[in-house]
Amino acid sequence: MCFTHNFWPLFISGIENGSVYALVALGYTLVYGVLQLINFAHSEVFMSGAFGGLFTVQAVAGPHTPHGWSTVWLIALGVVSGAVVGGLAAFILERVAYRPLRRRGAPPLAFLISAIGASFFALNLAGKEFGNNPIAVQQDLYSEHAEFHIFGAPVLNTYLIIVGVAVVLYLVVDQVVSRTRLGKGIRAVAQDAETASLMGINVERIIVATFIIGGLVGGAGGFLYGMAYNVQFNMGFIPGLKAFTAAVLGGIGNIRGAVVGGLLLGVIESLGVACIQTEWTDTISFLVLVLVLMIKPTGLFGERLGRAA
Amino acid sequence: MALVLALVSGPGGNTGAYSYGFRHSILRPRVIPFLAVALVVWALIEVARPRRDQVMGAIQQRRDLVDAKTAKLRRNPLARYAVPVAVLAVAVAIPPFLNGFWQTVLVQEMGIFALLALGLNVVVGFAGLLDLGYIAFFAVGSYATAYFTGRLPVQPPFTLNPFWILPIAVLAALVAGVILGAPTLRLRGDYLAIVTLGFGEVVYSFVRNKTTVTGGDSGAFNIPHLSIHAAGINYTWTTRQLPYYWVLLVMIIIVFFLFRRLENSRVGRAWTAIREDEVAASASGIPTVRYKLLAFAIGASTSGFAGVLYAANVSVITDQDFIVQTSILVLVFVIFGGMGSMWGVVAGAAFLEWLPERLRSIVPPQDRFVYFGMLIILMMIFRPQGMIPSRRRALEIKQAESGIGEADGLGLPKEVQQ
Repeated sequence: MCFTHNFWPLFISGIENGSVYALVALGYTLVYGVLQLINFAHSEVFMSGAFGGLFTVQAVAGPHTPHGWSTVWLIALGVVSGAVVGGLAAFILERVAYRPLRRRGAPPLAFLISAIGASFFALNLAGKEFGNNPIAVQQDLYSEHAEFHIFGAPVLNTYLIIVGVAVVLYLVVDQVVSRTRLGKGIRAVAQDAETASLMGINVERIIVATFIIGGLVGGAGGFLYGMAYNVQFNMGFIPGLKAFTAAVLGGIGNIRGAVVGGLLLGVIESLGVACIQTEWTDTISFLVLVLVLMIKPTGLFGERLGRAA
Repeated sequence: MALVLALVSGPGGNTGAYSYGFRHSILRPRVIPFLAVALVVWALIEVARPRRDQVMGAIQQRRDLVDAKTAKLRRNPLARYAVPVAVLAVAVAIPPFLNGFWQTVLVQEMGIFALLALGLNVVVGFAGLLDLGYIAFFAVGSYATAYFTGRLPVQPPFTLNPFWILPIAVLAALVAGVILGAPTLRLRGDYLAIVTLGFGEVVYSFVRNKTTVTGGDSGAFNIPHLSIHAAGINYTWTTRQLPYYWVLLVMIIIVFFLFRRLENSRVGRAWTAIREDEVAASASGIPTVRYKLLAFAIGASTSGFAGVLYAANVSVITDQDFIVQTSILVLVFVIFGGMGSMWGVVAGAAFLEWLPERLRSIVPPQDRFVYFGMLIILMMIFRPQGMIPSRRRALEIKQAESGIGEADGLGLPKEVQQ
């Protein structure tokens, strides 16, 4: 096969990208679980997280390149501020584009259209305010180099940071959904919103909380992705599509499915690129999406947030 | 809330690196009028709140009155024909007196997009589906034109006049639509939206990257104009826009009538049934997947059709003509005009293409996307049926909101439900 002689380097970079897709896929899956709707504006939540992290880091770091522990703190600060901005963006999104429609009991088509409108708005506003050029983050923070090698494949420090942060975030989300009171509420609403409300669960609050959790992880993912590549106003679109594919691959509405789907998609894509020209990377995930929808539309682990977890 | 809205609309008009836009829009005196307007609106709402029922009642009364009047007008046979005839008369009489710039706007923006909006209306308005990669089919039509006139890096076996390419392009877009729709339409409707979104991106990246086939960002150029060499008539269109306008006008009228017939046919009624209650429709023997696919394919082929006319008119097409944002743009026109209302979508496309051109000196043209994004959300919140609504569609949305039936074709088809 075309990827055999280069397997490990490709595999590792696939895991790196895949862990970001998984973070974003969590947002799609959570919202899908409670509302049965694709949140088309989630890619812009991702983008806003990247900008939030970028600006915070730039404001704190100033013109000097940090060293040692201060680098670690700065990255942590970037992740946290990306998450906060992402959460805030998701909260505002829910307020503006979803809640008024839900109050009225609008048909699903209206939700999809209003979300796409919000996405269009946020995307173009960011393009207008922050310019159209990509902004590099990573070299202001640290110099990229290989920490160690696995099977002769270099493992860059960027990979370690991304995968490390992502794993922590999955574990937190998984525990929140499966252990806490809030998580129980989310699962209940996902199973049956009407019955949940009869049991005294404040469905509105659960929906808002779900959007915020999705926004927090999505925003953090945005900063990580921006750090590995660049920050740009339209950076959310393609990772958003891929993350949605990952969510469908794992079974939409299923949290662990989203994580596995994300990693799997990252690896498939990375190995697939070795077989074709690089400009077709984005086509691979689209093909995966269409194939999954044709062959097993419920994904690898089945749908439903309520039953899984 | 009103204050937030004022702040969001405030930054309109500035651009620059990072915080420049914010500093120059929010932290400058120009924010004061925005805040003042917001304050007045807020005060009005507060004042009106105790008399809410009264105010709402008055608004409702006015609305009923207007509804009654329009209903009466609709029944009046004279008015029924007078309005379309008047619109047509304006469409025929005004353009010859416009200057070159406005004629170009009229053809390349208003006309082409009105045709596109009519096609998307079949998908969104009639079948209640969401297509977010609509412009990909437009690209299929445009590049088919470039290919069969021998203007791409790859040479065709034979070259044709753009008129003869019309059926080929329509067929190509139709096939693309069926290939895309067939696997996805069996699933929940919102999957179609994301798959079309992905398809739009794939087509765009093909056009951009595969430069050996499509010419990429340098594009395909010198695409010949339309021409007729048959039945003793020899006429070739040129860069003059007016002759193109007549072609487009005739095409729009033909498509309009075809779709009107379709809407009132067995097919149109099947779409209505699917929108209003998919389970009931399929229980009554309507093959729902097939009818949804039909709507999707008709939309796609209209887009391909418009693509041919566009390519022949502008004669240079590049990858930038087919960015994904353009698909959303057409959706904005359909939503603004009124899903399912053919007069609405044509008027919506024409108006929303005209307005940014008219305001070019005040509002930077690239900012229109920001406003359009806002417009979509506002329409969905306050007037989901659009400015010139289709009566049936408006009623459906109203009923669905009070829990009777559905108002879109997004349900899971009965055939695949367990």
